[in-house]
Amino acid sequence: MKIFGIRLPRMSSLILWGLLWEIIGRIEFSFFVPPLSAVFATLFEIIGTAAFQKAMYETSYAFISGVFFAIVIGIPTGIIMGKNRLIDELLLPWVNIFLSAPLTALVPVLMVLFGFGMKSIIITTTLFAIWIIILNARAGVMQINRSLIEMAHSFGASSWEAFSKIYFWAALPEILGGVRIGVIRAVKGVIIGQLLISIVGFGALFELYSANFLMKHFWAVLIVLFALAFTISEVLAYLERRVSYYAAKR
Amino acid sequence: MAMPQTNALSEESPSTADIAVSARNVSKNYDNVEALKDLSLEFPRGQLTSLLGPSGCGKTTLLKIIAGLLEPSAGTVHVNGQAVTGPGPDRAFVFQDFALLPWASVIRNVAFGLELRGVATSEREAIAEKYINDVGLSGFEKSYPHELSGGMRQRVGLARALSVDADVLLMDEPFSAVDEQTRRKFQEDLLSLVANENKTFIFVTHSIEEAVYVSDQIAILLPRPSRVSDIIRPTGLREKDLTTIRRDPEYLDIVDEIWTSLKTYVE
Amino acid sequence: MMNRSLLLKLLSAFIVFGTWEIAGRIPVSYAFPTFIESMKALFDMTVDGRLFAAYGETLKPLVIGVIISAIVGIAVGLWSGLNEWFDWLFSPIFIVMQAAPLAALIPLLVMIYGIGLTSKIFVVCIMAMPVIVLNTAGAVRNTPSSLTEMGRSFQASNWEVILKIIIPAASPVIFSGLRLGVSAGFIGAILSELKITPTGVGDIITYSRSIADYASMYAAIFSIIVLAVLFLNVLEKIERFLFEGNNRGYASD
Repeated sequence: MKIFGIRLPRMSSLILWGLLWEIIGRIEFSFFVPPLSAVFATLFEIIGTAAFQKAMYETSYAFISGVFFAIVIGIPTGIIMGKNRLIDELLLPWVNIFLSAPLTALVPVLMVLFGFGMKSIIITTTLFAIWIIILNARAGVMQINRSLIEMAHSFGASSWEAFSKIYFWAALPEILGGVRIGVIRAVKGVIIGQLLISIVGFGALFELYSANFLMKHFWAVLIVLFALAFTISEVLAYLERRVSYYAAKR
Repeated sequence: MAMPQTNALSEESPSTADIAVSARNVSKNYDNVEALKDLSLEFPRGQLTSLLGPSGCGKTTLLKIIAGLLEPSAGTVHVNGQAVTGPGPDRAFVFQDFALLPWASVIRNVAFGLELRGVATSEREAIAEKYINDVGLSGFEKSYPHELSGGMRQRVGLARALSVDADVLLMDEPFSAVDEQTRRKFQEDLLSLVANENKTFIFVTHSIEEAVYVSDQIAILLPRPSRVSDIIRPTGLREKDLTTIRRDPEYLDIVDEIWTSLKTYVE
Repeated sequence: MMNRSLLLKLLSAFIVFGTWEIAGRIPVSYAFPTFIESMKALFDMTVDGRLFAAYGETLKPLVIGVIISAIVGIAVGLWSGLNEWFDWLFSPIFIVMQAAPLAALIPLLVMIYGIGLTSKIFVVCIMAMPVIVLNTAGAVRNTPSSLTEMGRSFQASNWEVILKIIIPAASPVIFSGLRLGVSAGFIGAILSELKITPTGVGDIITYSRSIADYASMYAAIFSIIVLAVLFLNVLEKIERFLFEGNNRGYASD
């Protein structure tokens, strides 16, 4: 977007929306929309509080563990599916089902099986992230150019060398693409898990704030969450572009 | 060298009455890149003029300016004496990637130009039918583009351009996406089209052999800055038998001469 | 002889459901019924009509929410794909929404709109809309330029280019955006029934859990997942049928 010959940065209209929010807040249009400046003031107040830091810690812990399991289980599963037709045919229908299934419905099962705590939230996060990671790793391995593998074998590469020097790198752009989407899904999963099992992390904080109608606090936490989620997704998209520069040329 | 050839815009070019399209001092800049610089060129009526040159020499840009799809930064293009301000009914475009509507049948694709001009359904389908027949696709009216081979798709694109009965046919590397055999057949068909239809053809290509084979006039464009470096008229070839042209010494000489002049610009 | 793919699918289902049955018989947990018990519970609630009543309730916010999201989402998406200003103004909101955990808005929606149908419809909308908007806008922007140039070379008006070229060219991607929107809408509908007030299938899940009737709880969850997956598969089939060959037919194949 250009104005008077100056290129406006991509997300710059958010400043305009922030201003609109401030105005709506100032004219006291609604109890539920406090001015943005007041929300930010509250944000700096609560950032230091023990309750906020505890929620942040618990959420990060659940998120990072969930993503860790999704990656560590998902990528090898996907690569194996890409290389072995029988395993692929046995697993693919389930991966596709869970990819499109409303996983929210499984949270109550996790709650009764694994308790109302961290364990259930971590599993929810993993469940949200893992399927797309598997599917992309599989697609990455399957699209590898045959002649690359033949080239490696013609130079006498062992299977392990073929795997570590060819398969992994040739599939890396797709694998990272899957990890990026998986991580974005994990962010949603960890919040959904916390909302339904609302005694941990931000879920507990939301309960506290909404029960007491603390609007500014509520918005402050929302802004932190949304900003974090957006930053994570942008950073991953940037990393993916850095790696996939060669994807177009291989 | 004993070949009928002239330098750019010398007195030997045909008189102005026979000029269908003329570009005068055309420049085109994209931001800070000069795609075309002060280019002048005339296209005789009823003949086929090729724009030949290495990639990046601005030949497609010039074609799109003539089509009215791009606006020149400076200079004008006249078609039949009228200045070009945008696309018009006097010109029809044949696209390199065919630009067929994938969701429309062959007959609707061919009739699409007429549809946009508001011709009634039954009338435009009758016209489309005739041109589908002319390009040798009868029986495929109800087919969809993805069911056709590359060569057949370009025949659809050609039929669409012919069906609006424009004076000037603008062809942007029309055969570059089809295989070699189909391409040769196309070139022969194109020659009979030029002979039978009283239309002016402007033909962009990067193939020297193709340009020499089909053209009445070849404008050689060179890049950085883009300019017309030479105009070659292989008029002697047009009288000869199509089947032996590729063995003709004159044909081979012209191909060779053009290659010599272009060689230094190829990376 | 049956074909290999179908045979393997059946084998795969047999292994998974068999494992479920065995795990339920051990049992691995007091809250883990066997596959057969769960299916029997599913059969019972289908026969006595409870399941249909529940789905009538659950699908209401889902259907209304998806319809609203489709209409608003496609309109906004088309407009921002066509107009640079509109795109600059509105796209960032949907880009952030796409990345953000919007479920966090639920407590706020409950505060504003209460615990009724409106809140649930809103939840479905905020889940479903971003992907519809972004897919539509992207599809419009990615219309092959040679197609729009072709239209212009035949002197099509701007409206003709939009109606006869851009929208048909974009419709496969718009449709797949709708499918992803429905998928997200399912998540929203179930989330709102579990979080806001237990109604419909959410009620069966919550109630069965509270009385420790785990077979019924698993049956309800099984049924909603099957329903969602089947419905999305049907949408995908329709998509393939409608737009077969729509992305092919260019010079590049």
